Amino acid sequence: MTDTNKKFLVGIYDDDDVILDAVSKVKNAGVKIYEVYSPFAIHGMDTAIGHPRTRIGIAAFCFGVTGFLCALTLTTWTMGIDWPMVIGGKDPISLPNYVPAMFELTVLFTAFGMTFTFFLSNGLGPTVKPLLFDPRCTDNKFVMAVDLSKNKMSEIEITSLIKASGAEEVSIKQI
Amino acid sequence: MHVTSPVRTPLVTGGKTYADVTEDICKQVEGKPTKEWKAAFTLSFVVLLYGTCCVFWTWWEGLGVWGLNKTVGWAWDITNFVWWVGIGHAGTLISAILLLFRQKWRTSINRAAEAMTIFAVLCAASFIVMHMGRPWLAYWALPLPNTFGSLWVNFNSPLVWDVFAISTYFSVSCLFWYVGLVPDLATIRDRAQNKVSKYIYGTLSLGWNGSAKTWARYEYISLILAGLSTPLVLSVHTIVSMDFATSVIPGWHTTIFPPYFVAGAIFSGFAMVQNLMLVTRVVYKLEDYITHEHIEMMNKIITLTGSIVGVAYLTEFFMAWYSGVEFESYAFINRATGPYWWAYWAMMTCNVISPQLFWSRHIRRSVTWTFFISVIVNIGMWFERFVIIVTSLHRDYVPSSWAMFYPTMFDIGDYIFSFGFFFTCFFLFSKYLPVINMAEVKAVIKSTSEKLPIKVSGVSKADRLASPAYKKDAE
Repeated sequence: MTDTNKKFLVGIYDDDDVILDAVSKVKNAGVKIYEVYSPFAIHGMDTAIGHPRTRIGIAAFCFGVTGFLCALTLTTWTMGIDWPMVIGGKDPISLPNYVPAMFELTVLFTAFGMTFTFFLSNGLGPTVKPLLFDPRCTDNKFVMAVDLSKNKMSEIEITSLIKASGAEEVSIKQI
Repeated sequence: MHVTSPVRTPLVTGGKTYADVTEDICKQVEGKPTKEWKAAFTLSFVVLLYGTCCVFWTWWEGLGVWGLNKTVGWAWDITNFVWWVGIGHAGTLISAILLLFRQKWRTSINRAAEAMTIFAVLCAASFIVMHMGRPWLAYWALPLPNTFGSLWVNFNSPLVWDVFAISTYFSVSCLFWYVGLVPDLATIRDRAQNKVSKYIYGTLSLGWNGSAKTWARYEYISLILAGLSTPLVLSVHTIVSMDFATSVIPGWHTTIFPPYFVAGAIFSGFAMVQNLMLVTRVVYKLEDYITHEHIEMMNKIITLTGSIVGVAYLTEFFMAWYSGVEFESYAFINRATGPYWWAYWAMMTCNVISPQLFWSRHIRRSVTWTFFISVIVNIGMWFERFVIIVTSLHRDYVPSSWAMFYPTMFDIGDYIFSFGFFFTCFFLFSKYLPVINMAEVKAVIKSTSEKLPIKVSGVSKADRLASPAYKKDAE
């Protein structure tokens, strides 16, 4: 996931509101922002940068349906087909009794599926080296990274834009 | 997020900045274990060892070492199981249901409460495995194709539903907890001084870097997991109650059980959260994060659920009489006036009367009172399960087989095991993982902290109010 040998302009901010405003200011000036890093979720940040809305919700639905169908198959096949049994005078396949198992498996599949989707879609894993422009971004600083190769404006222009938008410090980082 | 309502009291006091939050929480993880921690950990570990010996003997000799008899075939073990599962309800309720209700005060307590949930569910599961007598055959409870004949588990049975409910609840709680931990583990990773902790927290934090994309997905998945966990948490105790309610034992066979059990579970769960948090708060000096406001909020939930439980007790009694079923009526009269009357009245006093004290503002904001009443509530909730299980069984349809249940040292020892296990796990958690969700607390700090200095926020309040982001939020 890491892009190698790229030059980034890194602006460090002190406040989430400031960086949220800064993102729209810098973006309106025509700069393409690579990404913003923050110690906590800033609402509206992804849309401000211009990231498309996350689609992992679709995955949730698919996992849920899979879980439900697996549970339906498991319960009806074991109870009604493989070894049909009459319990309490009910039909071998008595669906209302299977609702708890089906519900639990639906939830189980969705939760596991979603967690792994979440890790995969973000490229997270036990051996992943984090792409950190500044280690303080998991503490109390907010970091804006601009990929210089993707922008037509000069380094100086973008630097002054970032500075004007409220950044405490601006530096260049090669990754 | 940036809207500050003037009527709300701040959730985090002491004018904490983002850096303060990191420092306050991380220093517990980074520092050397304190003397108090070592002493407490050693004590709980010794208790765990004693309990382990008792459990070992239970398995070695068989369930005959318990005080069970032909009439009372379920007693302490199942009581402990239901009690622990109930306690395990608070964590996910706090992190899931309160998230859906946008209750921001949950952020200071959700981490520890979720950890408590996981340990409590493990304790509960240990009683199921103990009750199996032959724990090496525990996998028989799973729907596995087998070589002993083509028989499958019975999906009509609430005991099988329980296997599904508890294992799902446990694993989903673990996932929820871990996903929430990842950003905080990354914070610890980036502060780590030595190689070992850099490696451990680096591996556990999965390369998290807090990019906006990741955060957006994080928020989304939190919402999905919360949406899944909300019906899940309600389903678990519903199904536990069905273990009883679908039987034909007078005192068990009632439709009120699911909501009554769920309310009781939340009731005892919050009481246990109070007990743990009040101690953690003092030991780790977290008074600014877990304020009197938090304590009061939880006490309100305790009062609400305690009152629901009280109403359920009365309804049960009324229905036993109103149903006109002799056996049902007798079961309840026997509960209140029979040989186990003391257990019944202990339950009534602890669960119905004691939480009503929280109507007084002074009491529900008092740390000492809260701690004391929470202990009482947990004792009461243990007695509730004991009353439901033992008093319903000990005098059944055939008077000649009436019997009493007396616990042996192994009934007690196995219960002690669960305490040792629970506290050993909790102490390990509180030392090696951040007890407060730093990322989520940071996210609510500004909207709630009145005193956030301008030099930290970078903008004056007037500027903040004028910003387009604020206006957008205000809309």
